[in-house]
Amino acid sequence: MKQDTDNKRKKYTGAEIFVKCLEAEGVKLVFGYPGGAVLHIYDELHKQDKVSHILVRHEQGAVHAAEGYAKSSNIPGVVLVTSGPGATNAITGIADAYMDSVPIVVFTGQVRTALIGNDAFQEVDTVGITRPCVKHNFMITNVEDMADTIKKAFYVATTGRPGPVVVDIPKDITEKLCEFNYPENISMRSYNPDIKVSDESVDMAVKKILSSKKPVIYAGGGVINSNASENLIQLAKYLNFPVTNTLMGLGCYPGTDEQFIQMLGMHGSYEANMAMHDCDLLIAVGARFDDRITGRLDKFSPDATIVHIDIDPSSISKNIKAHIPIIGDVKNVLEKLSEKIIRKKEKPQNIDKWWNQINEWRKKDSFKYSQGDKIIKPQYVVDRLYELTKGDAYITSDVGQHQMWTAQLYKFNKPRRWINSGGLGTMGFGLPSAMGTQFANPGSLVCCVTGEASIQMCIQELSTCLQYSLPIKIINLNNRYMGMVRQWQEFFYEGRYAMSYMDALPDFVKLAESYGHIGHKIEKPSDVDGAIIDAINQKDRLVFLDFITDQNENVFPMIASGEAHNKMILS
Amino acid sequence: MRHIISVLLENESGSLSRVAGLFSARSFNIESLSVAPSEDLSASRMTIVTSGDDAVIEQIIKQLDKLVDVIKVSEITSNEHIEREIAFVKINDKDINEKTMSEFSKNEFLKLHKTKKNEIIIECVDSPKKINDFIKSVKKIAVKIVRSGAVGINSN
Ligand SMILES: Cc1ncc(C[n+]2csc(CCOP(=O)(O)OP(=O)(O)O)c2C)c(N)n1
Repeated sequence: MKQDTDNKRKKYTGAEIFVKCLEAEGVKLVFGYPGGAVLHIYDELHKQDKVSHILVRHEQGAVHAAEGYAKSSNIPGVVLVTSGPGATNAITGIADAYMDSVPIVVFTGQVRTALIGNDAFQEVDTVGITRPCVKHNFMITNVEDMADTIKKAFYVATTGRPGPVVVDIPKDITEKLCEFNYPENISMRSYNPDIKVSDESVDMAVKKILSSKKPVIYAGGGVINSNASENLIQLAKYLNFPVTNTLMGLGCYPGTDEQFIQMLGMHGSYEANMAMHDCDLLIAVGARFDDRITGRLDKFSPDATIVHIDIDPSSISKNIKAHIPIIGDVKNVLEKLSEKIIRKKEKPQNIDKWWNQINEWRKKDSFKYSQGDKIIKPQYVVDRLYELTKGDAYITSDVGQHQMWTAQLYKFNKPRRWINSGGLGTMGFGLPSAMGTQFANPGSLVCCVTGEASIQMCIQELSTCLQYSLPIKIINLNNRYMGMVRQWQEFFYEGRYAMSYMDALPDFVKLAESYGHIGHKIEKPSDVDGAIIDAINQKDRLVFLDFITDQNENVFPMIASGEAHNKMILS
Repeated sequence: MRHIISVLLENESGSLSRVAGLFSARSFNIESLSVAPSEDLSASRMTIVTSGDDAVIEQIIKQLDKLVDVIKVSEITSNEHIEREIAFVKINDKDINEKTMSEFSKNEFLKLHKTKKNEIIIECVDSPKKINDFIKSVKKIAVKIVRSGAVGINSN
């Protein structure tokens, strides 16, 4: 008894409390990089073994790794960086997580409270510069607030529409003494993520659903965030409605299912975009009508009643007016819809005619390409990767053509398998996010599909991969161009290829080797399978596959920015 | 359309810049913005006068509501309400004649203050609309105009 009270009264430094908070929060891994402002914390991390620290090679890598970790596992990612340049290097990742609603908590060191505002060494106004790209941020100015603030940070990051939370910790706070008490629960009067779903809107939606003759379900990343994949499949199957996915939603509905009409939007399938244009009912589930999806707003689904299910009220009617908004957690809403449709054995309309039309559109086979026997087509590599991994790998990607081809051709049958930077479109995301994904899924196959331009943006993380023995497979679609930029220049700038040619490329095989990994260069279509199989068989080594691909290949279909869905360029 | 939006928010450092940053980042208009303590010591009340069509106002309200520091957002112009603003207008006393001066001193919404430099400060508390009218009438002779921005409260 006495010992118990002693324990309670015992005082710890802020740094000790910090580590105890992470432990209490169940944090197993922290991705980070040390520096002056966080040295007390690093010292405490060093003294214990409950929370492991992964040393990246650049703070951007730490944040993307945390994102990959969170996206592939639904466990919040945690980052620790120092003040000043540590924090500014992390910004790209933080903005990325904000755009894609990824639950991460980023701890940044800060100069001593007495120095704040003095342009001290390695001081930046981290709270100020991260404000527009975080869900919320805090600065801890009293060690007494440390535990509560950390609890709040995880609570805010992981509830409602998830997002990044930054916690800025001045150095002196990590040396001040205080008792430790981690709150079990936290509530904030200004933040209430539990939204009660309106029965009235659900009823209105049910009515429309049951009377629609040309419905489409347009499902996005919100379905994955809310772990509602099963619910979506159940409802779509019962109704026999076609389902399209956004880039972020891939995997929330099985890519091989016959009701799946592929990805929609700028590089979406012909059938998905035509169906979006011609439908009479659009059910948007956890998607936000981003401009890469909608194209020209006044020509968007002109005849449709729009039902929009989203947890974030500000997503509703932001770009496209929703006729029937349903605010709430996607899973709750889908459960309610199922209750009122499936449990009551309601009968939807016969939509055979609509399916006939969709199947007509499907015949265009709009993701098609033809592989000859000389030059490797980038699409072919993705296709083979899909076949040879049996569609069961975790795939991260960078940004560009390779990303679109992967989204089009790798059929994701499960959620949280497709890890990419959708909203911000951050080149450099692929490799570090693959590290986070591999940490969250040890023993699973993790592949990073990238381009020779993107991979160089966080190439330093090859060193991290060696240190922690991460057997990632890097699939580099090397077209010697910033392909996506080159494509736009071909289409919209009369072929003036300003700065899109990747000159002076490194020898990627040697580069991989010098980082201690295996590298292969593949130039013939007939060698593609062998290279992929060999790489997969290297169970404990990182393999860098440098595929020399066709320079002139473009991503089709394409809806030019600001055009209507039925104005697709097909080839 | 002009709207007054009243925001109750946690009295934390940085709350004000969250709101101000939101307006600039999303290109929302701000005609005026004022912040002061509320009935609750730990919360401030911010009054924002803005304009936009219904869709824009809907977004402004939703985006404000989304800020983690924001406790409550209300649009007050769509219901019965009272709004007031304070304005100070400084003029040189030689620019104003006896007659106007006596009109001003009889007006219950105006208060006159004399400075040591032969200037007069006219203090005006009224609805922003009336203040606009008043300012128009004295614009030619005004040396300086200081306005608080409106505050408002629902009265139904
Ligand atoms: C950090 C960053 N800088 C610039 C861009 C603009 N951008 C989009 S795609 C692209 C080219 C990517 O080239 P590569 O990685 O080789 O992929 P490819 O398109 O050839 O498949 C560029 C420069 C970006 N998305 N991110």
